[in-house]
Amino acid sequence: MKLIFEKSVPGRSCSLLPPCDVEPVGLPEELTRSAAPSLPEMSETDISRHYTELCQNVHGVNCGFYPLGSCTMKYNPRIDEEMASLPGFANVHPLAPAHAVTGCREVLDTARKYLCEVTGMADVTFQPAAGAHGEFTGVMLIKQYHDSRGDKKRTKIIVPDSAHGTNPATAAMCGFEVINISSAPDGCVDLEALKAALGDDTAGLMLTNPNTVGIFDENILEITRLVHEAGGLCYYDGANLNAVMGVVRPGDMGFDCIHMNLHKTFATPHGGGGPGAGAVGCKEFLREFLPKSALMDGGDHIQVRGFAGNFLVVVRALTYIMTLGREGIPEAAQNAVLNANYLMRKIQGTFEPAFDRICMHEFVLDLSEFKKETGVSALDVAKSLIDYGMHPPTMYFPLIVHEALMLEPTETESRETLDWAAEVYRKLYALAHEDPEFMHNAPHSAQIGRPDEVRAARNPILRWQAV
Amino acid sequence: MNYPVDLKYSKSHEWVKMEGDVAVVGISDFAQDSLGDVVFINLPQEGDSVSAGEAFGDVESVKAVSDLVSPLTGTVCAVNEELLDAPENLNSDPYGAWIIKIEGITGQEELLDAAAYESFCAEEG
Amino acid sequence: MGSYVPSTQAERQEMLEAIGLKDYRDLYRDVPQSMLLDRPLDVPSGMSELEVSRAVSAMAAKNHVFSTVLRGAGSYDHYIPSIVKYIPAKEEFLTAYTPYQAEMSQGVLQSIFEYQTMICELTGMDVSNASVYDGATAAAEAAAMCRDRKRRVTLVSAAAHPDAIRVMHTYCYGTGDELRVVPMKDGKTDLSALKEMLTPDVASFYVQQPNFFGQLEDAEALGQAVHEAGAMYVMGCNPIALAIMKTPRDCGADVAVGEGQPLGLPMGFGGPYLGYMATTTKHMRKLPGRIVGETVDSKGDRAYVLSLQAREQHIRREKASSNICSNEALCALTASVYMAAMGPRGMAEAARQCMAKAHYLAKGLCEIPGVTLRYTGAYFHEFVTELPRTEEVLQALEEADILGGLPVDGGVLWCATEKASKEALDQTIAIVKEVLGK
Repeated sequence: MKLIFEKSVPGRSCSLLPPCDVEPVGLPEELTRSAAPSLPEMSETDISRHYTELCQNVHGVNCGFYPLGSCTMKYNPRIDEEMASLPGFANVHPLAPAHAVTGCREVLDTARKYLCEVTGMADVTFQPAAGAHGEFTGVMLIKQYHDSRGDKKRTKIIVPDSAHGTNPATAAMCGFEVINISSAPDGCVDLEALKAALGDDTAGLMLTNPNTVGIFDENILEITRLVHEAGGLCYYDGANLNAVMGVVRPGDMGFDCIHMNLHKTFATPHGGGGPGAGAVGCKEFLREFLPKSALMDGGDHIQVRGFAGNFLVVVRALTYIMTLGREGIPEAAQNAVLNANYLMRKIQGTFEPAFDRICMHEFVLDLSEFKKETGVSALDVAKSLIDYGMHPPTMYFPLIVHEALMLEPTETESRETLDWAAEVYRKLYALAHEDPEFMHNAPHSAQIGRPDEVRAARNPILRWQAV
Repeated sequence: MNYPVDLKYSKSHEWVKMEGDVAVVGISDFAQDSLGDVVFINLPQEGDSVSAGEAFGDVESVKAVSDLVSPLTGTVCAVNEELLDAPENLNSDPYGAWIIKIEGITGQEELLDAAAYESFCAEEG
Repeated sequence: MGSYVPSTQAERQEMLEAIGLKDYRDLYRDVPQSMLLDRPLDVPSGMSELEVSRAVSAMAAKNHVFSTVLRGAGSYDHYIPSIVKYIPAKEEFLTAYTPYQAEMSQGVLQSIFEYQTMICELTGMDVSNASVYDGATAAAEAAAMCRDRKRRVTLVSAAAHPDAIRVMHTYCYGTGDELRVVPMKDGKTDLSALKEMLTPDVASFYVQQPNFFGQLEDAEALGQAVHEAGAMYVMGCNPIALAIMKTPRDCGADVAVGEGQPLGLPMGFGGPYLGYMATTTKHMRKLPGRIVGETVDSKGDRAYVLSLQAREQHIRREKASSNICSNEALCALTASVYMAAMGPRGMAEAARQCMAKAHYLAKGLCEIPGVTLRYTGAYFHEFVTELPRTEEVLQALEEADILGGLPVDGGVLWCATEKASKEALDQTIAIVKEVLGK
């Protein structure tokens, strides 16, 4: 595919603005740009076709099965898009006077109320723009809490080794020392390791439940109790909320603050990597520490993003929550779990689940024995799926399972899709025994073969340059 | 796998060679093999102090980062800047592509000879 | 009740039986029973699409959409070409995930590579990342990337956007680093104050261009002072202004960041927006966030991949310099389409018109007794006036469907973009004159 710059023809343009109807004014000489930026010069036809071409090499969840573990790729409803594009939401200035934006306030207040109920929290902020950003905000609540009590010795955050990389990175960004504790063989928190790590220097624990191998940690009440007893707080990573929303509430598990991924659990589109929204909820005693906007709200609070957050993403999430409602929310969670267990059992017998027990909304396949037998790795299997038009699952995560493939089908997949997916995995299992070489070189029918990532990292070419 | 006998090795897979009072440090063949293709190295500066058992830099492959752990306590007196342009030398010539030289040595970690290091690697792998 | 679960009750029962279970409760048997919610959620019942559409549209209808917007302060009402709304709405772009599987996502990767290139062109820098959350967080991330073991203090101009300052302050509070605010003088950063504050522990200085009050800063002089003190220079520039304004590169910036909302994103009550970050080759490996690089595939054809990932959280974990895991991909795509649709001439035209209309408005307002420009320096498209009886004036403008400037520090911060017609500006001036004449 040609780059847009390679399609640019000097002199071409679109006609978008009328001539200026007032006197021109120039910038001071010393602040004037020396040469115009080299942006593409194209007609609207060519722009349209360029992006159509790019589109044909993009795979979205609305286009096909996308079982990325830990990402909750569920169908993105079109009505959510329609609501977010209403001029009454899109064309509103964040600093308009309060009486002119009561509709925006209603969206935020309603979404807040519903999410508090779903998660068992007392308040929610929508300022964080992403999951990791929500984590940062949540841990900052913990930090402010201890600082406000003059409890300066609490410098450590406990993170299980099964956690997503953002967890320790976030803790470090908040100035905490990260204490990694190893998981029990079943992927759950090792209570003895936790007890050994707890002390009066513990600021808190970061945990997701169900955990990153898709298992509900039945010791959760004991875990949060132990942390509280040591004087620490418990932060819930809401990446896996889709398994339990409307069935179990993080607040009832003993968590003090949480983040939710509106772009996972609440079906707002991923957009190729954003925008999302990492709403953060907390119990009553932490409310005073929630972020606000200096310009919109005044006062002296922390702030993690400009203005109030990704408002149009909240509109989408609210539309979704209102659609599902009281019955639909737990229904989504229950069927997410049903679909995952169904798919896992259908694949089992070829690739083996890392844990042979009821899973939650996702499950992990452990391909280490398979690799020893056939020489075919999890990466090879993932790349081979591409030849079947199926998006690969999450690879090599969590770190506690070797040669891992993590699948999360979500509740919006039909049985036929799950049956077909299982069939493809079984086919690949057989192929690995018959023709491993073919799989080492997969994909064969995608737009490109395997890219040379080493070359990309050794000789970075990060922009196009005219020759 | 190559284990030159004239070198000493640390358990974190660095090798050490003494040139008079100066120690020359690099990573072993086992290390470069486990890392895969090295794409970048983060080096300390001349004059930095290093401590035995602590990280003095790191090596990046496409999918991972590994700390470089100093086998000795002392001061960095030379840095192999060629590696910034050609990190792949660590893969192709691990015993020729030295990383840092240390002088003023006041302490060290446990260092193994080639045979002991080879057994250690056999157990790890 | 609304539902996106395709399976029927019968199918669900069959699936349960196929895995040896009887009902849904069996799926949650590992959950301590006391923790299961034993009542329905206290939220309203689900709705059909028609009902939801009515309910949410009713909320939107409670908002007033002004036909003329003369308020900026970090969110700008620019003309968004139709194609710029249409392309990011394509289902593939909209519903794709992060392009970790390069073979299946060349379209997304290439679009990001194109975006990175355009940002480099706009800023004069060598390398751009794939975007961060917004301009305020970009400023905070830039401050973090400039710190090293010896230099930890960040300086920020008092004339930067209050939200950006507060976000930078929050990020500094996180890592236990200091943020010091350089005072203003006559609406711009006080250069002599800056020089005094550039102590050897300062890692970087951030200035917004044009600044929050609309004034154009002496960017080069500020940069020189910063470099003489051995610190790094970060500029946060308005991207529309950059079409005609001296680039941060030419002003000596080490890192160029900014709020990309003016590049085709609606005001949207504050978000989603777009933070751009670009730097020189020298500092490339310190840049946080995703970056797309060019390479070849197994057949030798050109291909794009997420690159330099060893900087990132999923590899470095607690040693990562930032926890950022995503970008604002769809917003970056929107910005790219905007820059392609407008082209270099279109963007320059938009910039010139913003400037012309703002100056026209200022001139007309300042002919009214009692209304004067607070700062006398050169400005781009925003300016502050003294304005008696601010409330009354804004109320009268509102009645004419015009959103007037933002009350700030006892004055009013006005903004005019290319969207403001001469008629609307004349009407604004007439209304202000009328109110103040009473």
